[in-house]
Amino acid sequence: MIDKIAFNIIQVIVVMAFAPLIKGIGTRLKENVQSKRGPSIFQPYRDIWKLFHKDEIVSEHSSWIFRFTPYVVFVTPIFVTLLIPVLTGYPLFFAFMGDMLGGGFILALGGFFATLAAVDTGNPYGPMGASRTRMVGFLAEPVFMIVFFTVSFIAGSTIPYIVQKHWVTPLANFFQPSHILMLLAFLMLILAETGRIPVDSPTGHFELAMIDESKGLEYSGRGAALMKWGGAMKFFVLCCIFLNVLVAPWGLAQGVQYWEVLLAVPLILIKIIIFVFVLVAIESSLAKLRLFRITEFLGAAFATSVVAMITDLFLM
Amino acid sequence: MDGQDLLLPLLTKLNALAGGIFLISAFGLVGIRQMLTCLRIYVFQSLLLAISAVILGYYHASIHLFVVAALTIVTKVFLIPWVLRQAVGYESYAKREISQVINIPTSLLLAVAIAILSYYIASPLLTAMGAGVFEKVNLPIGMASLLIGAYTVTVRGEAVPQLLGILAMENGAFFAGISIASNLPLIAELAFAFYVLITVLVIGLLAMRIHKMIAKTAVGEMMALREE
Repeated sequence: MIDKIAFNIIQVIVVMAFAPLIKGIGTRLKENVQSKRGPSIFQPYRDIWKLFHKDEIVSEHSSWIFRFTPYVVFVTPIFVTLLIPVLTGYPLFFAFMGDMLGGGFILALGGFFATLAAVDTGNPYGPMGASRTRMVGFLAEPVFMIVFFTVSFIAGSTIPYIVQKHWVTPLANFFQPSHILMLLAFLMLILAETGRIPVDSPTGHFELAMIDESKGLEYSGRGAALMKWGGAMKFFVLCCIFLNVLVAPWGLAQGVQYWEVLLAVPLILIKIIIFVFVLVAIESSLAKLRLFRITEFLGAAFATSVVAMITDLFLM
Repeated sequence: MDGQDLLLPLLTKLNALAGGIFLISAFGLVGIRQMLTCLRIYVFQSLLLAISAVILGYYHASIHLFVVAALTIVTKVFLIPWVLRQAVGYESYAKREISQVINIPTSLLLAVAIAILSYYIASPLLTAMGAGVFEKVNLPIGMASLLIGAYTVTVRGEAVPQLLGILAMENGAFFAGISIASNLPLIAELAFAFYVLITVLVIGLLAMRIHKMIAKTAVGEMMALREE
């Protein structure tokens, strides 16, 4: 019992500690692909450190939502971490408190507050970015739903610890068409939800073209640090959901010893770094879509997820 | 026997995976704007047809299905893109924006509806013939690709994507066919492959003539006959 709580805390610490590193590696790799040297992979840590030591300026016209939001954005990925397998292949203390749908709702809560805060200050770019994020969000929502339906349909559950076992017992399940196609649809969702290239350009500094970035423009000091850190953790958590729950549970600790759980840390990091390589390849080979083409991109994701569901019907 | 028990689920799933991606590429033919990408997707779809034929051929130990796979690869992966490039000419063939009658998200949704409909069309057939595991996947997916191909022909306004729609119909019919008739005579397979090539050549030449006359291949805009 105590061990399980300790493992849960280790999971949270891993997510908090390594999320900026993953972000830094992604940025560095992308710059390298464009034959630039790029910032150090530890740059996000330095950014967060620097921002924590700066003064915070809050507009006097903003309400409590603006001040409250960084904490919500920071805390929601940590709550999701308690629900999903980050390091261990067996359920931990909070595993049955909520399923994948619950995790999705908690992450959506952070997004909801970020949207409200962007509208709150009256900065002209904030509401624009917020409404665009909502547009992408509600186009992505049906795909999320169908993916979760497919998962619960095939694996008979939406509790992540049960789902992940299903894909590899027996191994033939891994090649199930609905599994592979669902992964494809979810990958497109991750690209859309974390504001990556076919949908949004995370490194762009042109406010009119921004989708995700413009929501945080008004934050400074500690608020900005928490927003940045929370964003990095959200990406880390989504990677964990994708790689550990939906792809396969390879690399997760199966035993209950401390060294096994700690050994899982580098394995999971390697897994995520490989995934970051894939993301960088996708981002470097595609162009950003025009705003009204995003419906086509997410329409394709929707078609993929529906095919994932109906090919499973065929097999029955 | 034990090996067989392990092999059958794996083969079934791989075949179904090929089928699922086959269906996705049929969606791609409806929803993608670039003509060259459409052609590549068609080539990819034909490759998946060949893969499914190899899996079925291995399971049924039927040499005919291997011949189908080989013929598919030779004609559809190598000859058709080449013939099309020769017949149509590069400039209309490498066009980027294809005009659509309905906008793309709507037509994708309609294609999804067609795929679900085809499942309901195929299921009474499947129960009537007492289908095995392979027919259960191949027949509905082949039928869906056939219907989506027909839909592509109606919804696209350009000659080459319409041709690709016809070819996708043929791919779908073949995809369903290889699971039902695993012992098609060789002459029929050869005739099929040849017939597809001739279709491509004729439609390609026609498209080139249209391109020469009106400097584009947007056949969707040609509404009235006019005699000189």
